[in-house]
Formats: sequence, structure tokens, C-alpha cells
Amino acid sequence: MEHIEQVLVSGLFAGMVYGLISIGLSLIWGIMDMVNFAHSDFMMLAMYFTYLLFSKLGLDPLFSLPLVAAGMFCLGVLTYFLVIRHVIGGELVQQTLCTFGLVVLLQSVAQYLWTGNYQMINEPLVSGNIRIFAASLSKGQVVAGVASLFLAGAIWWVIQKTRIGWALMATAQNRYSAPLVGIKVDRMFALAWGIGLASVGAAGVFLANYYYIYPQVGATFQLLALVAVALGGFGSIPGAIVAGIAVGLIEALSGYLIEPAYKYLVVFSLYIVVVLVRPHGFFGTHS
Amino acid sequence: MVKRLCGFFALGLALAVCTFFIYGVCGFAYAAEKTVKVGAIFPLSGGVAQTGVLCKAAMEIAQEIVNGKVDDILVPGATTEGFANLGAKLELVFMDSQNVPEKAMSAAEQLITQENVVALLGCYTSATTATASQAAERLGIPFLNESSTSPILTNRGFQWFFRCTPDDDFFTRNFFEFLRDEEAKGKNYGRSIAVLYENTLWGADVAKAVQKYAAEFDYKIIADVPYTARAASLTSEVQQIKSANADIVMLASYVSDAILLQTTFRDLDYSPSIILAHDAGFNDPNFLKTVGSAGNYVLSREVYASTLLNKPSVKKLNELMVAKTGYPLDGNSARALMGVLVLSDALLRTKSTEPDDLRQALLETDIPAEQVIFPWLGVKFDPETHQITTGRGIVVQIQDQNYIPVWPYEIAGADVLYPIPQWKDR
Repeated sequence: MEHIEQVLVSGLFAGMVYGLISIGLSLIWGIMDMVNFAHSDFMMLAMYFTYLLFSKLGLDPLFSLPLVAAGMFCLGVLTYFLVIRHVIGGELVQQTLCTFGLVVLLQSVAQYLWTGNYQMINEPLVSGNIRIFAASLSKGQVVAGVASLFLAGAIWWVIQKTRIGWALMATAQNRYSAPLVGIKVDRMFALAWGIGLASVGAAGVFLANYYYIYPQVGATFQLLALVAVALGGFGSIPGAIVAGIAVGLIEALSGYLIEPAYKYLVVFSLYIVVVLVRPHGFFGTHS
Repeated sequence: MVKRLCGFFALGLALAVCTFFIYGVCGFAYAAEKTVKVGAIFPLSGGVAQTGVLCKAAMEIAQEIVNGKVDDILVPGATTEGFANLGAKLELVFMDSQNVPEKAMSAAEQLITQENVVALLGCYTSATTATASQAAERLGIPFLNESSTSPILTNRGFQWFFRCTPDDDFFTRNFFEFLRDEEAKGKNYGRSIAVLYENTLWGADVAKAVQKYAAEFDYKIIADVPYTARAASLTSEVQQIKSANADIVMLASYVSDAILLQTTFRDLDYSPSIILAHDAGFNDPNFLKTVGSAGNYVLSREVYASTLLNKPSVKKLNELMVAKTGYPLDGNSARALMGVLVLSDALLRTKSTEPDDLRQALLETDIPAEQVIFPWLGVKFDPETHQITTGRGIVVQIQDQNYIPVWPYEIAGADVLYPIPQWKDR
């Protein structure tokens, strides 16, 4: 029983972070109908920024969060205007190759600037372990999980309750009709990239608290984030969080109860089943 | 006007003659600098890139030693400048495998067919060595592997494949001999084993060797847990090992997994009594640099240890490595360096660079122990399998963030610290 509790709690908190990573991906996918394959590599960049702020300026990840998130927002807007805007009206293959190009670019830049060395933030403010029932967990992971829920709530509130959020939703529903009511579609797309990268930047900050950093670290999370978005529904923020948690729990439970080597088989099998049975995901709409 | 044109023409002609002359001299000088090209395939990008980059640096040091004249380092090829018998110097041509088996194979093909290399070195990970050596076998070019330890590599009946490192079978046997010797000294570590390993060729072969020798040495495997390499989380895997509650935990992981495993042990508050790790990620310089003191108490098998620095040649090589990279030699980079030297030894004795001659020279390799930077009995290859027959393993323990040899006892720097304390007591 103690072991199952440990697996459940670890899976739950890992899932919350998967959820936060997925939110930005889901937002961009939902609004622009475009898959950003470089999403997790932007997270890698945020992890490096966090590490640099910690090692060079002594700024703990908890305090560097707003700085990194703001920086990533700007980077998102910049990426949209410099790169994405030029392929947005193009073929799917152009968009796909474009974001794959970003993957190569970001990983190469990181490798060039910071080498392939592994880095880790040693002894941040939030360090050590905490007991939750019979389970032991790093405090960094707990903070990351709880913060993921708060940030998801905040982004959901912006989307659902503010005029700018409504404009984003209107753009997602019909990008051709949106200008008729005065919405500047270009700006909305840039905003989606900004919010998307700011949220994955926040995930990177929290992850850097307890996870190692190296140029390919994003690849580890990219597939799981894609699965979470497809399960949760494109563009759905609650969907991304719930699906992220589901992925974390399924990964942990199947690894423990069935066989660790097959844990991703179970995750991806579930993904295929959901795509076949409910193509718009748990929380997505048919449109 | 005509005079002026003639002047320009004469100037142009003079420039052209000068250019041809300079090109000719340079071309001659270039031609005089004849080289023997040797291909080297390593992961220079991707998840294990840092190991590959350090191996490349170590091999470049070996290349400088072979091509220059060095009197204070006692290794093959140090006292001669290049290969006098071939009238050429050594030129290493590196290619990146990205640690992807298919890319390693195409790199091997490209090096052989386009770069005309006379031999290949590489590829660090067993999975990439397996495919790259297939290409060398097909195209009939000698392939000298320096540090891939999957036993299957030399059991394929290949004609052109040589390996100058002991394999996992040998190293795993070493672990059980170490446990037997410790027991003889009155230290009882228990007899149940949990083995956790990454599920590519190398990890799976380690697990097979553990099963084989556990039966031979009368140990019982109570948990056998393969995991997907480079997983985002290893919680369930560690939890399985934890619930098995084995006396001894054996691990086989590359560096990213090794870091994740050790931090997961800490997060789940799990301290097995003793951890025996199979080299690779646990001996990578990035491991300790990243996990810091959390890496203490792990025992690992090695081919190289800091106490070997008592040997002047090793000390000098280590200084060169530190000056070039900032990192000391480790088991992987030291073997990469030795690989170049072993191949150079064959190139110094070969009649020509024809593949058959070079293969014959490799088969006749007999490097004495004093010219080897490891505590081996020299370098000789088995005539059938081409596996080194003179290698020896070392067991090290991480104590105060240093790899201290604890076995064999004649080179041991300290006793084994046992049991591993609980995380709260560290």
C-alpha cells in the first residue's frame, strides 16, 4: 500500500508539470491550428535562463520566475513575427518543417553556448524532501505541481474572463471572421505564442528546481506534452492539465503495476484509443 | 598606349607565374605531409554528446603524441614521429553518430567510401558500435572499438572487428569476484540482488551477464527491471526496486538516466545498502558534477582510477587532458586515447595500409603492460573473437565526490564504506 501511495503521489505531481508544459502547446495548437514541435525546446531554453540567473546572479528560481516568464513571452512574440508569421498561411508540411527547424536551431544554439554538459541547480531555496501520506517527494516537485495548477487557473481566467481572452477565442473559432469585429488576427497569434512560451517558460523554471538541464532535455517531455494536448483537447486549458495529470498517473502506475519498459506503450496506446474514439479529446469541441 | 598595355600584360603574366609557383610549392609541401586517415565515429551531439566530446579530445591528444616525438610518455608510438614505415602521419577524421545506430552506420560508410579511411575507431555506445562495425565488416575495413562493452559485439564472428576493452561479461564477473573477496574479508553484503538497467543492447547484455554470474556465485535475483532509456521520470522503476528490498542493487545506465536515478533515489528517500553501477553514466564527469554529494557511496566498475596517476605516463597524459578540456581523464576518455595508440601500434608494424595487412598487424598486437595506461597485463587480441585477452577491471567507490579504487586490493585507495547511510543522515 505504501508503495502504491508513493507511485500515485509521484505520478500526480509529475502529471501536473506535464500539464503546465502542455498548456502553451495546446493554446497555440487550438488558436492557430499549428503544432509547435519546438515547444519543449523553448522550455529547455527557460531552464538554462533559470540556471544562469541562479549561477551568475544568485537569483533563486522562485524569484527568477517573473523574469524568465516575461523573457519567454517576448521570445514567443519575436518568434512569431520573425519566423512563424511567414508560414502561417502555408501548407501543413511547411509549418511542420519550420518548427522542426526551430528544434534543431534551439538545441544547436544551446549546445554551442552552454556545451553538452549537464547542469543542475544545487540547493535552491526549495530543496529537500517532504512527506505526503506515506510518500516521499522533493519539495521542488511539490511546488512545481501546485504552481502549475495556479498558473493554469490564471491563464484560463485570462482566456475566459477578459476581453483579450475573448478575442483569442474568437480568432480560434474563425480567423477570417475575427477581423470583421475589429480583432487584429496577427496580434492575437503573436499573443498566443507569447502566452504559450511564457507558460512553458514557467514550467521550465519549476522543473529546473529539481531536474537536470542539458540541450536535449526538452525532447524527453515533447511527446508526453503532445499526448496530453491530444487527450485534453486542442486549445483547452483545463483539458491540458487534466490530461497531463492522467498521463503522469498512467505512466507511473503502468510502470509499477505492469512493467517499466512498457509504461510509454500504455500511455501511447491510450492516446491512440482516444484519438480513434474521441478525436477532439476529453475537453475539446467538435469544431 | 600599347606600351602601357604590354606593361599590364607583363605584370599579369608575372602574377600568374608567381601564383602557380606558390601553389606548386604549397602543393608539394602538402603532398609531402602524407597522412594515413583513420575514421572516428563518436556521439558529438545528442544525449551523450559530452562523453563523445571528451573522447574526441583525448583522441586528439593521442594523435599529437603519435605524430610528434615524446620521450616522457611511455606509450606505443610516442618515440617516433608518425609512421616511418608508411612515410605518413596520423590523421583522425571525426564524424558524429548522434548516438543513433543508423547514423553511425551511414557515418562508417561515408568514412570508408568517401574519406578513404584505412580503419575505423568508435563508437562509445554498444548500439552504435554494432551498426557501424557492420558497415566496416561489409566493406572489409578494420574496426577497432575502444569502450563498447556489450559481449555480443565480439561474438558475431566478424573478421574485421577488434575490441580493446574488457566486456560486460568480464566486468560483471569482476563484481562477483569483488563480492566474494569482500566476504572472505568478513564483510557480508547479503545475497539478494535487484538489477535495474536501460533497455538498449548494452543494458540488456549487462542484465544477462548479471543473471549468469549470480547463478554461478550463488546469488539470487529478486527484481529484474529494464527501463526505457531517457525516460522523463523513473519513479515507478525505483519504486519497484524499493519494494523488492534487495540487499544489493545493480544499475546499468547512461549519464542522463544515471543522474535521474540518483536524484529519484533521493526524492523517494531510498538508500539501498549497496549500489553496484556498471560504469558508463556513473563514471561520466557530468554525473558527479550534476548530482554532487548525492552521488557518494555508489560503487562502480572502472578501467581507470585516480591512483593510476602514480604512473608518470598517466600523470602526464592526465595533465594534457586537463589543459585541453578542463576535465581529467576518465574511463571513457582514457580508453578512447588508448584505442588510438593501439591502432597506431598496428600501423607502425603493418607492411602497408591495405586492409589485410593492417588486420594482420592488429592480430599480432602484443603491447607490454608498461606501455598501457590501465592496470592491464598488456594488449593482445584473441585470434578468433578479436577480444582483448589481457584486460582487468577495477571497482571504485565514490567517496567525498572522488572515485576511489577499492578493488583489486593491490591498487585500492580505501576500504568500502558500507552500508550506504540513509539520506537524512548524510
